[in-house]
Amino acid sequence: MNLTLRIWRQKDDRDTGRMVTYSVEQVSPDMSFLEMLDVLNEQLTLSGDEPVAFDSDCREGVCGACSLVINGIAHGPEALTAVCQLHMRHFSDGDVIDVEPWRADPFPIVKDLVVDRSAMDRIIQAGGYITAPTGAAPDAHATLVPKANADRAFDAAVCIGCGACVAACPNGSAMLFTGAKASHLGSLPQGQPERDSRAMAMITQHDAEGFGGCTQIGECAAVCPVGVPLHVISQLKSDGLSALRPKRT
Amino acid sequence: MSALYTEGAPLHDASAPAGPLKERWDARRFDAKLVNPVNRRALSVIVVGTGLAGASAAATLGEGGYRVKSFCYQDSPRRAHSIAAQGGINAAKNYRNDGDSVQRLFYDTIKGGDFRSRESNVYRLAQVSSAIIDQCVAQGVPFAREYGGLLDNRSFGGVQVSRTFYARGQTGQQLLLGAYQALERQVAAGTVEVFTRHEMLDLIVIDGKARGVAVRDMVTGDIETHVADAVVLASGGYGNVFYLSTNAMGCNVTASWRAHRHGALFANPCFTQIHPTCIPVSGDSQSKLTLMSESLRNDGRIWVPVAPGDERAPRDIPEAERDYFLERLYPSYGNLVTRDVASRAVKSICDGGLGVGPGARGVYLDLTDAITRFGKVAIEAKYGNLFDMYRQITGENPYEVPMRIYPAVHYTMGGLWVDYDLQSTIPGLFVVGEANFSDHGANRLGASALMQGLADGYFVLPNTIANYLATNPRPAGMDESHPEATRTANALRDRIQALLAINGQRTVDSFHKELGHILWEKCGMERTAEGLTEAIEQVRKLRTEFWGNVKVTGENEELNQTLERAGRVADFFELAELMCIDALHRTESCGGHFRAESQTDDGEALRDDENFAYVAAWGFAGDGNPPVLRKERLEFDSVTMTQRSYK
Repeated sequence: MNLTLRIWRQKDDRDTGRMVTYSVEQVSPDMSFLEMLDVLNEQLTLSGDEPVAFDSDCREGVCGACSLVINGIAHGPEALTAVCQLHMRHFSDGDVIDVEPWRADPFPIVKDLVVDRSAMDRIIQAGGYITAPTGAAPDAHATLVPKANADRAFDAAVCIGCGACVAACPNGSAMLFTGAKASHLGSLPQGQPERDSRAMAMITQHDAEGFGGCTQIGECAAVCPVGVPLHVISQLKSDGLSALRPKRT
Repeated sequence: MSALYTEGAPLHDASAPAGPLKERWDARRFDAKLVNPVNRRALSVIVVGTGLAGASAAATLGEGGYRVKSFCYQDSPRRAHSIAAQGGINAAKNYRNDGDSVQRLFYDTIKGGDFRSRESNVYRLAQVSSAIIDQCVAQGVPFAREYGGLLDNRSFGGVQVSRTFYARGQTGQQLLLGAYQALERQVAAGTVEVFTRHEMLDLIVIDGKARGVAVRDMVTGDIETHVADAVVLASGGYGNVFYLSTNAMGCNVTASWRAHRHGALFANPCFTQIHPTCIPVSGDSQSKLTLMSESLRNDGRIWVPVAPGDERAPRDIPEAERDYFLERLYPSYGNLVTRDVASRAVKSICDGGLGVGPGARGVYLDLTDAITRFGKVAIEAKYGNLFDMYRQITGENPYEVPMRIYPAVHYTMGGLWVDYDLQSTIPGLFVVGEANFSDHGANRLGASALMQGLADGYFVLPNTIANYLATNPRPAGMDESHPEATRTANALRDRIQALLAINGQRTVDSFHKELGHILWEKCGMERTAEGLTEAIEQVRKLRTEFWGNVKVTGENEELNQTLERAGRVADFFELAELMCIDALHRTESCGGHFRAESQTDDGEALRDDENFAYVAAWGFAGDGNPPVLRKERLEFDSVTMTQRSYK
């Protein structure tokens, strides 16, 4: 199939950026979207033009590096699919496809389609962990974990940290990302001692980074490539509020 | 062949303690010097790579009180390719009461590696395996559990016990996030500084010791130098030399190769693992291959139609007209034979014209029986994400149509040579995880990579590096202003300018694809003296063309992904040649290294223990000079070397 691409080009964080139109021919339906961009980049290189910069690494939907808005939808039209796993069989000959970076204030554009997502690492630094220094662990079977809790933790732990939730949210909120970590660790017995303080610390950092508040619109969960459920945000907020409650001594 | 390499003095692991195998790790830790906690703040360690080995090492060193600098080329340490490991992690917990023990995990690993790994290292790996699971559970890794709340286990290829802990089909992701969170906790505590989008491009060696790294800031192009008391490479394997592999796009050998050029020996480079169960290649523009976890072989049966070119839909082919060839060839292990054995069997079936799918390069991996027996819900819970991934890539529904699989490059057992302390032949340069060579011999067992990465990072390196740091702190005043740091940075700038100046006619990827094709054909699943000799010539020719005709667009002072790839491919050329020389010199077959000239009557790998029971550690002798082979003889005190059989 032959396609027309309109791609966001921006030299660096000082450039204003613009959409530039390219055509790609003889695209196979078995190619992934990123492989189609590879083909474009080979063409551009041979013609002496600058290839389009975009992030990708594992190309199997789990590292969270890829981050494209396709036709206005973070990760493109297929549900539960990161853009590296989006294949061209979902497009048709003659399509015009818009390709843009994540857009949110806390994600400054580095170049073209590449953005800086280090704000998400700083949210984890604020409290997205269980304090368990190496060597201090009891036997793995010392604490039983009911299967339901383990499953609930897992459903949140699958978050790949891609930031699509932020790109999709009209408020630019990272509450789905933050809630996923709070819900993952807070659902396990090992995570209980720090549960409330963890949530509060992460929310505080989230706000300090300039992410917007959550108004339960649900765009985040709709684009999430791994199906992190919206209710993780409820747990985050509930745990965060618990941190404000006076504790018995 | 003599012109291809020279032989140097034999090599000996001087740091391995003597005495009974079971007591060696205790003995080494007791003999090792310690660093007083108050003195650790004055000592700094650079860790390159943030996968399981690197993140766990950096976090643990930070917890211990050292000052740590951690580098990764990705935009976040959480994206290192350990994240993509699917199946699980082994540990000798014997929670199944099925006869497992440290001794059995040790033996399975030595045997699985076809008796080409070191007893001391492997025994230690088995010893610390249990503590890894404890550590990960404490961090909140959501391993699969049974209804009673206890941990679940599955079995994996090459073994007959269930010792594999798993988190659905995303075990690597969950373990890496555990290590990443521990790392970020140390960032907040101020002990670790993480440099993302920074790629190590050279090692700084001062007075014979590794004292730092030169890195490129991938956003600005700035070449920076960082000096420390010791350097740890956790930069992963080199499978991407084949272009198509299950590695991430950015995985590369540059950190290891640059260290090699400074004197670190590179061991067993030809030992690469071709994984049997990957999604077959679909076209020329394919950029990577995707694994379907080996755990699927627990419940899946591998088969092809008996009749070549059978065009019927797989479900319409009756049982009697199917060949479950692994079950036929290896009745006692069946579909769970080791990866090397399974891969070769699949290749041999397809070479015989019995393959299925496009180009007849594929075989069926069929879970129909398991779905009937356990129900779709149970299978979905176990493998749901893998099935989803398969459907996304192929457009076929594996609940209805058997998956098609074909072998692909997955892991590299070879790597920088290290001693028992995980120290390379450059003092102060430690190598952990897939980047070293030490534990898997000529073939790695499934679910053992995660075990080794975390064993090295959490438990081994933090102990052994202390011994070095206690006795070899850098001299007062040695910092980034040292002339050697300046020289290294300048040489790096020159190399980058040289790449940019070529301005030829071919893209970096076109060279990389051609290089990968040469290796896949001639240094892949089956190797011959003739093919390897040709490959060496082809690689050299292509490398010369690369330096005269590659086109690298843009400039250094910006985010330039073409330039990044060009530097990596340039190093892959040099590695590729060494891999072929290593494969050519080792005229025996062992594990994943199958020399067609050395096979048993029924086509299995035939070892030559008399002549090849050694680690081949290669030294760099300068550009244009043949590499120097140094042999470390492998001694087996506790196991008897046998012809591996999974029949």
